[in-house]
Order: sequence, then C-alpha cells, then structure tokens
Amino acid sequence: MSTGISIEHIGAPAGSDRGGPAQPLLTVNKLVKHFDLKKSFVETLVGGGKVVRAVDGVDFKIMKGETLGVVGESGCGKSTTARLLMHLIDPSAGEIVFNGETVGSPQLSLREYRRQVQMVFQDSYSSLNPRLTIQDSIAFGPQVHGVPKQEAVTRARSLLSRVGLEPRRFAGRYPHELSGGQRQRVNIARALACEPRLVILDEAVSALDKSVEAQVLNLLMDLKEEFGLTYLFISHDLHVVRYISDRVMVMYLGKVAETGPAEALFQEPHHPYTRALLSSMPSMDPDHRTEQAALAGDPPNPIDPPSGCRFHTRCPLAEAVCSQRVPILENRNQRETACLIHEPGSGHSLAGTAIHAS
Amino acid sequence: MNTDTQTDRTPIVSVRDLRVTFTGGKKPVKAVNGVDLSVARGETVALIGESGSGKSVTLRSLLRLHPARRTRIEGRIDVAGVDVLAMNNRTLADYRGRIASMIFQEPLLALDPVYTVGAQIVESIRRHERISPADARKRALELFERVRIPSPERRLDAYPHEMSGGMRQRAMIALALACRPQVLLADEPTTALDATVQIQILLLLRELQRELGLGIIFVTHDMGAAVEVADRFAVMYAGRIVEEGPTREVIRNPRHPYTLALMQARADGAMEKGARLASIPGAPPDLANLPAGCAFAERCTFVQPACLQTQPDAVELGGSHRARCLRTDATAHVMTRAATHAPRPLTETA
Repeated sequence: MSTGISIEHIGAPAGSDRGGPAQPLLTVNKLVKHFDLKKSFVETLVGGGKVVRAVDGVDFKIMKGETLGVVGESGCGKSTTARLLMHLIDPSAGEIVFNGETVGSPQLSLREYRRQVQMVFQDSYSSLNPRLTIQDSIAFGPQVHGVPKQEAVTRARSLLSRVGLEPRRFAGRYPHELSGGQRQRVNIARALACEPRLVILDEAVSALDKSVEAQVLNLLMDLKEEFGLTYLFISHDLHVVRYISDRVMVMYLGKVAETGPAEALFQEPHHPYTRALLSSMPSMDPDHRTEQAALAGDPPNPIDPPSGCRFHTRCPLAEAVCSQRVPILENRNQRETACLIHEPGSGHSLAGTAIHAS
Repeated sequence: MNTDTQTDRTPIVSVRDLRVTFTGGKKPVKAVNGVDLSVARGETVALIGESGSGKSVTLRSLLRLHPARRTRIEGRIDVAGVDVLAMNNRTLADYRGRIASMIFQEPLLALDPVYTVGAQIVESIRRHERISPADARKRALELFERVRIPSPERRLDAYPHEMSGGMRQRAMIALALACRPQVLLADEPTTALDATVQIQILLLLRELQRELGLGIIFVTHDMGAAVEVADRFAVMYAGRIVEEGPTREVIRNPRHPYTLALMQARADGAMEKGARLASIPGAPPDLANLPAGCAFAERCTFVQPACLQTQPDAVELGGSHRARCLRTDATAHVMTRAATHAPRPLTETA
C-alpha cells in the first residue's frame, strides 16, 4: 500500500483515550436549538416571539467505533443536530461530551475538538473551495493545525490515492473538473486529513447516482475499518442507513422517537412513527404494491409543534393522553422508545401490552 | 372521459428514432441517440436512468421545451395523433397543457411565486377554453378536491411558498390536469419529497391514471418509486433505451448488464450487513465523445471484443421484453440465481 507514514495514525487515540471501549466517544445531553423568527419591536423589548424548535432536547450516545445512523423526515432536526455537533451553530442549551471532556471546556478546546470531529456534506461542489486545487483543499486543514506544508501535501497525496483518485492525475485539478462521485471522494479525503476520530456524514451519498453511491459506501466501510473511525451517518434513504449502521436513531420534529440496534429496529420497530416510516418505503415488488399510505399529510411545522407527544396528530394509535403528556425516552434492552404505549402507567390504554418480549 | 381501466392498444405517445443534440457549447452534446418509445392509453411507463442518461431530455422533447436555437431534434414524435416536431408556435401552445402536460421535480420553481395557485390554474383553463372566470375557479376547486388538498377553498388563494412540499406537488398535479390532458409527463415528481409524502403522491398518481385513463411517462432514477406506479420499465443509458419490458420482467429478470448492475448495487439487495455492495466501476461516458460500440462496454462485466465494435441492436426476449446487448445469453437468470439467498423482507409489520 502506498499510504506512507503520514496517515497511519488517523483515528488512533489522539492524546489519551479515556474510559476504554465501554465509554461512549460522544455523549449528547439535552441538546436544544431554537431559531428566533423575525420579532416585532415590542417583542425585542420584552422578549417572546415565535421560535423554530429545530432541535428540542435530544439525548444520545455514540460508542467508539460504531456507526450511528440518523433518519427522519425533513424538518426533524437531523441536519441541525449535525451542525450543532460540529459547533457550526451554537446550541441554545445542552452539552456535548467528547471522549469524557465537555466540548468548549479548558480541557477540550473547540479547536482541538474540531480536529477530531470532521464532517462531509451533501453538496460535494459547494463544500469545496473552487479556487483551490483538490490537493491544496485537502492539505489546508492540517496546515491550520500546525502541520508543516510539505508534510500536509504528502498526506494529501497519500489520502487521494487511498480514496481511489490517482494523485498524479488528479492532485492538480479543480473541483469543477471532477464528477460528483469523485468530488465526494475528495471531501472524504479532506475530512480524514486532520486525523479525526468521528466523521459526521450528512447525506453524504444522497446526491450520487446509485452506481456511484455503492462505490462510495464501500469506500466508507473500508476507511472505517482501516483507520478505526466512528461515523454519524445521516440520510433519508432507509435502505442505505440499514445497510451501513450499527445503531439507528429515528427523529421526529426535533426529538428522538426511537433508537436501537439497526437490525432489531428495522425488523421490529417499536415507535408507531418508525413503523409508518418503514412502511412508506416502496415495496420493490410489482405483485405487492403499496395500497395504503401509512401516514397522511406532511410533518407539522416545527414552529408550533403539537403538544404532548409530537407525533399524536398523525399517529394511528393516538389517544387523548398523547396530546397532554410528553413521552420519556425509555431504555429497555438497548432500545429506547419515546412513546406512551411503551411507558407503563402512562394512561394510554395500550400501555404495558405493547411491550415486546424481545 | 375514459374511466376504463383497460389499456387500449393504439399508442397515445409514439417516439421513433429520437435524437437530440445540444449545439450550444464547444462540442455538440448528443444527449439522446435514437430512442423508440410508445405509450398506450392508460399505461404508465417509467423511464429510468442516472443523471446524464437522457431521460429528462427525452421527456422535455415531448413538449419541445428545449431552446430551439441551440437544440437539434431529429426523428419523429406523435402524441395523440399529432406530429409534435411539425408544430408552429401557436399550435404548440395549444398542445401544451391540453393534450400533454408536465409535472416537475421542484414545484417551488415550476409555479409562479407572485400569483396564487388558484389564479394560475384559472389562467391555464382560460387559455385553452372559453369559460367564465367563476366557472374556471369552480373547476380549479374540483381539481383541488380531486388531488385531496385539505380545505381546498382556502388553499386556492394561497401562494406557492405558503404550502408544504407535498401540498405544492399536489397543486402542481392539479394544474397539470386542469385542461384534461391525455398524457401526463412526470419528471422526478417525488424525488424532492420525504418518504412518507412520496408514497402518498405515488398512490395519487396511480389512482388518477386509473380513473382518467391517462398515459403517463414517469421519469425517475429511483427503481422503488417506479415499481409502485409503472406498468412498463424503460432503462436508459447514454441516451439510449438499453432495456425495456413489463415491470415484473425487468425487475425479476433484468437482461441488460447495466440494469442487472443497478439492481445489484442497491443497498437493500445486499445479502448481509458488512458485505460489500456490488458497485459498477467507472463513470458514465462523455456525451460529447461517445464510443463507437456499446456505451456501457467499458464498465460491463460481460464485455467481449465485439461489444467495442458495434452498437448492439435490440434483442427480443419474449413478452415485449427487449434489451440492447450482445450478451443476453450470459445475463439470463443471474438475478433468479442470486434470489436463492433472498434479501430479508424489509418490514414485517407493513
């Protein structure tokens, strides 16, 4: 392999790895992001006004070396969550703990955190600088973090060959001279150039054609194994999420509806929303086409989300109590479900009966 | 109006040897290279392909939406017995919307932002028929009820930006159906929508097609969405239809290596987690510089020297299933063999 010395320690514990494999790499506690809408003059004086509750109290963990898939409809807060994790936008409340240290504390500065957490975006073109050759783009990040230029360029070239772009042919090209799949490979190489431990992939393969998508997914799996990476994989494509994820988190209107191991969650969804989302997937069987849409209408507006359980307006099992009581994310056998049916004594007539034997 | 669910045999759309070349750039780009396609009344044909395969260009040629000065269209297109390429500007304007109309991928761009959706539907009806504004509005209201927009009376007076994505797509379908066309051209109508909304729109299209006896050409890159609505599949690659046949046949027993590879590259077809996906190496060819032989040859696992020499002709495989490939013998039953390790069913609860 022609990777050379420069990229061998990507993903290796930078500094000290704390807590061993049992401690999550990333813990998110009560993360909240509200965007203010345009306020009237009076509202700017006395406060108030409407807010978009994009992310409204989200808790989750990412274990070392796993791939956490995030699914949900548009407006459910999955991309906002990714941007909050990168600190591209500041959270309204909540805490992000990375490798045992709170992000932004003196022990883990934002700068050091961002070196260890990198992101790949959906639009491969707009996320590259059109005036830099791809080699310069990839070498830029390490130089910011103090790697000498010569070494950064060597690292960029070995990464290019690792993602399948022959450096002699491609290193001097500009983003517009590459195809979409090639550009996304460049973005992946750039994310790896800073030797991160966690890579956030926000719809990273969604814009690619199916034949190219398979190539990039294979590449991501290889890189993960080779460098011991951890992925947060956001996508609206449930097939891809099922394929690549170890665990899956389902979001609805800024809250977590359900998390669980990928296979278990897809085989036996607990939350009524997960069930509806899964049965909305086209059947791929011309003899058994879908006859009935699982859900009617669009997701509600996150400006004024429904009270109680946010899914109660579209839920086939909703009862009066669902509009009054906010379900708690219950943890049972590695699976977490925020639904009153799965909450004993919640007042829902099906509570307790629906708890699966699994 | 035809409420018969049976498809009658005379094609409503007939495309013969369509070639579309864009001459605006330095080199002419051959986007479509000899497409033959026919659609019967009450039939839905899915035109499937990746970006750059020529599927949208073919569709847009049916309404002649390409800039006339920079596009060369050759071949013959007949829709409902009229020669589309021979029309002058006036008859073309009569034809668009009245005989064939189109729904687009992004309704927010396709609808006019400064008029209410109701006004746009009324305008379209009054362009084609002598009818009073009040009657036209009544028709618009019926259409909104037909595509199941909740509180339709109020929504007629809404601007496009005031509606949600799914609602806007319904409004655009209503607009496309306003003048009772016989052919509906759908250009990736559900690609921009969420899964839960996508299935609603697909079911609506299926229902409208059944009740109005429309001929639909449904352009998409999503095989799953196509299976839900289409009677027939036509798979495009580098400006040609490489495989065509009944949905069931093409899905169960794809015979062109490209279709086969597309089916195998799907993540849901992966045998088990962690197994590598069967990807197609390389990238689609440059349309300004097409190879002499089969355009898929350099990515094909079944390639032979002969493939690089000539354009393969369509091989009849029985039951109106045909593929443009020299190696259809080698691709027979590849899928059925693989299906013995059937992929797990996706949703038991569905």
